[in-house]
Amino acid sequence: LASLMNLMEKKLLEVKLGELPSWILMRDFTPSGIAGAFQRGYYRYYNKYVNVKKGSIAGLSMVLAAYVFLNYCRSYKELKHERLRKYH
Amino acid sequence: MNENLFTSFITPMMLGLPLVTLIILFPSLLFPSSNRLINNRLVSLQQWALQLMSKQMMSIHNTKGQTWTLMLMSLILFIGSTNLLGLLPHSFTPTTQLSMNLGMAIPLWAGAVITGFRNKTKASLAHFLPQGTPTPLIPMLVIIETISLFIQPMALAVRLTANITAGHLLIHLIGGATLALTSISPTTALITFIILILLTILEFAVAMIQAYVFTLLVSLYLHDNT
Repeated sequence: LASLMNLMEKKLLEVKLGELPSWILMRDFTPSGIAGAFQRGYYRYYNKYVNVKKGSIAGLSMVLAAYVFLNYCRSYKELKHERLRKYH
Repeated sequence: MNENLFTSFITPMMLGLPLVTLIILFPSLLFPSSNRLINNRLVSLQQWALQLMSKQMMSIHNTKGQTWTLMLMSLILFIGSTNLLGLLPHSFTPTTQLSMNLGMAIPLWAGAVITGFRNKTKASLAHFLPQGTPTPLIPMLVIIETISLFIQPMALAVRLTANITAGHLLIHLIGGATLALTSISPTTALITFIILILLTILEFAVAMIQAYVFTLLVSLYLHDNT
């Protein structure tokens, strides 16, 4: 089916909204597929921000900022109780 | 206040999944490997630092001891990066857990001692008795030296745990005190804030020094035994 072939080659932002469920189901969810996705994401970030001739501190600090943010999300349940409220 | 102080030290789990594995593996993302001669700035900086450390630390060993270079360099990188990442807000530091530090200290120490016993048995056993002790003292001294040998891995692990945990606790306490004092007396809060800044600088130093001390001691135990 020609529309299926078209769907496989499109990236997420090019997929039309109606085609979204079939696009998601078409993705490779095997362990090696997921590992490949992580690897591609890592190299996309690395080659854009770190592996350049004059890389700056921004490449590293964005990673650390994301790390801080994820840790905040992880410990939100305990941090909730430390807000300045009259009734917790 | 009582419960809040120690909640940052519990093992992070999320919906029963061990998130702590991901946190321990995270520093490896920050040390990319490269096959090129001339690299990007991050990799060049790391290679320069690694060369400096390995020259400084491994030059005292003979050929057999220098086979441990990879192990000791990855050890100092791991402990240094984990400690420094723990200074970021809300993050979890794996080196505050005694279990992990024991897991690092005992195998390394045991490896060095057993290498010494296997390859240079006489010299290793001779370590138990320093030169020139008066004869009546010998039994006592052998016992004391044995105890001091077996306490080495415990001391390695507990030193790292205690230093990092104590630093984090102090930062929590003084930070909390600063916040509580701002509404009561801003001058005292300012003084406390300056103390907090000094403490943070100390913690940066401690993070790196503890990594260095751990690795240095392991390398010393190795030197004795190769």
